[in-house]
Amino acid sequence: MKTENNRAWFLVLPVFALVAFSAIVPLMTVVNYSVQDIFGPDDRVFVGAEWYREILQDDRLQQGLLRQFVFSFAILLIEIPLGIAVALAMPRRGRLASLTLVVLALPLLIPWNVVGTIWQIFGRADIGLGGVLVTALGVDYNYAANPFDAWATVLVMDVWHWTSLVALLCFSGLKAIPDAYYQAAKIDGASAWAVFRFVQLPKLKNVLLIAVLLRFMDSFMIYSEPFVLTGGGPGNSTTFLSQTLARLAVGQFDLGPAAAFSLIYFLIILLFCWLFYTTMMQLGRGSQQ
Amino acid sequence: MATTQRVDPDCPPRKNGMSLVFDNISKIVGDEVHIQSMNLRLESGSFNTLLGRTGAGKTTMLRLMAGLDRPSSGRILMGGRDVTTVAVRRRNVAMVYQQFINYPNFTVYKNMASPLEVAGVDLEEIRQRVGRVAEMMHLEDYLDRLPAELSGGQQQRVALARALVKEADLLLLDEPLVNLDFKLREELRIELRNPLADSGAIVVYATAEPQEALALGGNTIIVDQGRILQQGLAAEVYRRPESVRTARLVGDPPMNMVEGTIGDATLRLGTADPVEVPEHLLTLSDGPYVFGVRPHHVRTMSSGTAEIEIGARVGLAEISGSETSVHFEYAGAPWVSLQDGVHPRGVDDPIGIYVEPRRIFAFDTGGALLAAPGNDSEAPVA
Repeated sequence: MKTENNRAWFLVLPVFALVAFSAIVPLMTVVNYSVQDIFGPDDRVFVGAEWYREILQDDRLQQGLLRQFVFSFAILLIEIPLGIAVALAMPRRGRLASLTLVVLALPLLIPWNVVGTIWQIFGRADIGLGGVLVTALGVDYNYAANPFDAWATVLVMDVWHWTSLVALLCFSGLKAIPDAYYQAAKIDGASAWAVFRFVQLPKLKNVLLIAVLLRFMDSFMIYSEPFVLTGGGPGNSTTFLSQTLARLAVGQFDLGPAAAFSLIYFLIILLFCWLFYTTMMQLGRGSQQ
Repeated sequence: MATTQRVDPDCPPRKNGMSLVFDNISKIVGDEVHIQSMNLRLESGSFNTLLGRTGAGKTTMLRLMAGLDRPSSGRILMGGRDVTTVAVRRRNVAMVYQQFINYPNFTVYKNMASPLEVAGVDLEEIRQRVGRVAEMMHLEDYLDRLPAELSGGQQQRVALARALVKEADLLLLDEPLVNLDFKLREELRIELRNPLADSGAIVVYATAEPQEALALGGNTIIVDQGRILQQGLAAEVYRRPESVRTARLVGDPPMNMVEGTIGDATLRLGTADPVEVPEHLLTLSDGPYVFGVRPHHVRTMSSGTAEIEIGARVGLAEISGSETSVHFEYAGAPWVSLQDGVHPRGVDDPIGIYVEPRRIFAFDTGGALLAAPGNDSEAPVA
C-alpha cells in the first residue's frame, strides 16, 4: 500500500531556507536597490529602469566590459592549451609524479592579494627579479607607467597563478583513461597526434568543460590581483569590471547604479557560462560523418 | 562436445601457413617472472583459448603476441619470419579488451572504418567490409550512433566488429565478455563463435572461466604461473587433465581431491571404507595415490549402485538457479558437491556423500595423471 502525500517537501525545506539566506535574499536586495533611488531609510523613490539605462550608456562600464572580455578570452586561450600541455608532459606515476603535483599546486595555495604583492615586487625594474631580468634583456619595461607592460604583467601573473588548476584537472582526466585505449590506438597504428586528438581530447571533454567554466568565471570576476599589482592603472588600462563596480559602489556610494551594474554583470557571467556549456557539449558530437 | 576447429576443404584459410610460434619466450619484469621459457605453436586459421586464473600470464602472452611488449628472451615467429622486434603497427594484429574500447567521438561506422582508413584501404571497399561485419554483429541500425549512446553489450559488439573488420592475421581477445552481465555474455559468446572461426586469422581468446573455454572449444591452452600446463582440444583437456593443477583449473567448481590408497584389490578414498577397485583403475599397482572426483559426480543422495559413502557436515549450501552446491570438508580437503535440483540444507547438518568408483580420476602423489574415467562414463559437458 503506497500512500502519496507532499511530505517530501519538508526534506527540501532546510536547503531552501539556507539558499534563501545565502543567495536569494541578498540577490533580491540588489534587485531592490537597482530600481530605487535611496536617500535615507525612509526616503526612497522608485525609478524603474533608469539606473539600468544610465549604466548601459556609461562608458566606464562599456570600456571595463571590453577590457574584461579581452582579458578573459586571452586567459582562456593561454591557460587551457598550456594546462593541457603541462598535464601531458607530467610524469604519470612514481615519486616524481607526487612531487610535480605538489609543485603545481603551490600557486593555488597562495592568497590572491599575496599573489598581487609577489608580482608587484617581482616585476619592479629596480629590485624585482623579473623586472631586472627583462630590463637586462634590453626591454624598456615598467608596468606602472606603460599600459602594454601592465597588461602583460597581469596576464603572466594570472597564467602563473591559475594554469596549475587546468593542468591538475587535465591530469586527473588523463589518469582516468584506461591503458587499453593507448594499446588499441597503437595497434591501429595511430600517431601521437591522433591519440591526442581522438582519444585523449574527447576523454578530457568533461574536465575541460569544468576548467573553461571555472577559469572564465574566475577571470571575469578578477579583482584582488590587479588591484594590488597595478591598482587598475596606468590610467584605467587594467581596471576590470569588478574594480569599476567597487569604485562605483564603495568609492562613490552610488548604490542604485552599482546594483544595476551588479545584476548586468551577473547576467553576463550566467549567459557566457551557458554558451560555453552548450557549445562544448555540442563539440563532442562534432566529428561525426 | 563439438569443437570449432575449422576443417573445410572448399574454403582454405585465407593466409596460408601464417603460424605463430613462441620459441623459448620469457618475460621478466623486475624480479617477477611473468612468462617462463614458453614454447607454443598456433596454426593459421586456428581457434585457441588461453585458460588460466587472473595473473596466470594470459594478458602478458597476448601483449607479447601483439608486439605491445618485447620478450626478455626468446623469439616470436610469424609465418616463419622472426617478428620479435617488429613494431605493433607492422604486424597486422587486432585486439579486443575487457573494457569497451572505442573512439569516443567517432560514430560506430567511423570506429569500424578507422583502422582500414589508416591502412589506406579504398573507400568503396571500406564501405563493403564495414557493412558486412556490421550485419554479422547486428550493428546495422547503430552505424550513426556514438559509443556513449549504446549499451555496454553494443559497445563491445562495436569493439569486436572493429577487430573483425580489420581482417588481421592475428586476432587477440582478452576476456572480452567479462564485463557483460551473465545473460548477454552467453548470448554474445554463441554469436561470436562463427565470425571468429571464419575470420581466417589465428584467434587467441583469453578467459579465466573454464565453462567459457569449454563452450568455445578449439585448441585449449592451460596457463598457470607463467607456464603452459597442458594443450589440446577442449574436450580432451577436460577428459584427461594431465595433472592435479590442470584438473582443478578446467573445472568450475574445481575437481575435488583426496589422498587414498590401492591395496589388496581394494580402493580406499580418504577415510572411507575400502571398495572394489573399478575397472579403469585395475592397471594401477598397490600404493598411495591422489584421487579426484568432479563436483557433479559427488552425490548427496544414494543412487543404489556400488558407491563409496562418506559422512560429512555441511559447511555451506548454495542454491544457484536449478543447482545446489554443498561445500564440506573431507579428509582435510575442501570438497564441493554440485547437484541438479534445489535442496536447501542448514550449516553443520550431517550429510551422506556418495561417490561412484567408476568416476574417479587417479593421480600419482606428484600430481601426474595415471588414469581417467572412460569417455562413456563422462556426463556430457554443460
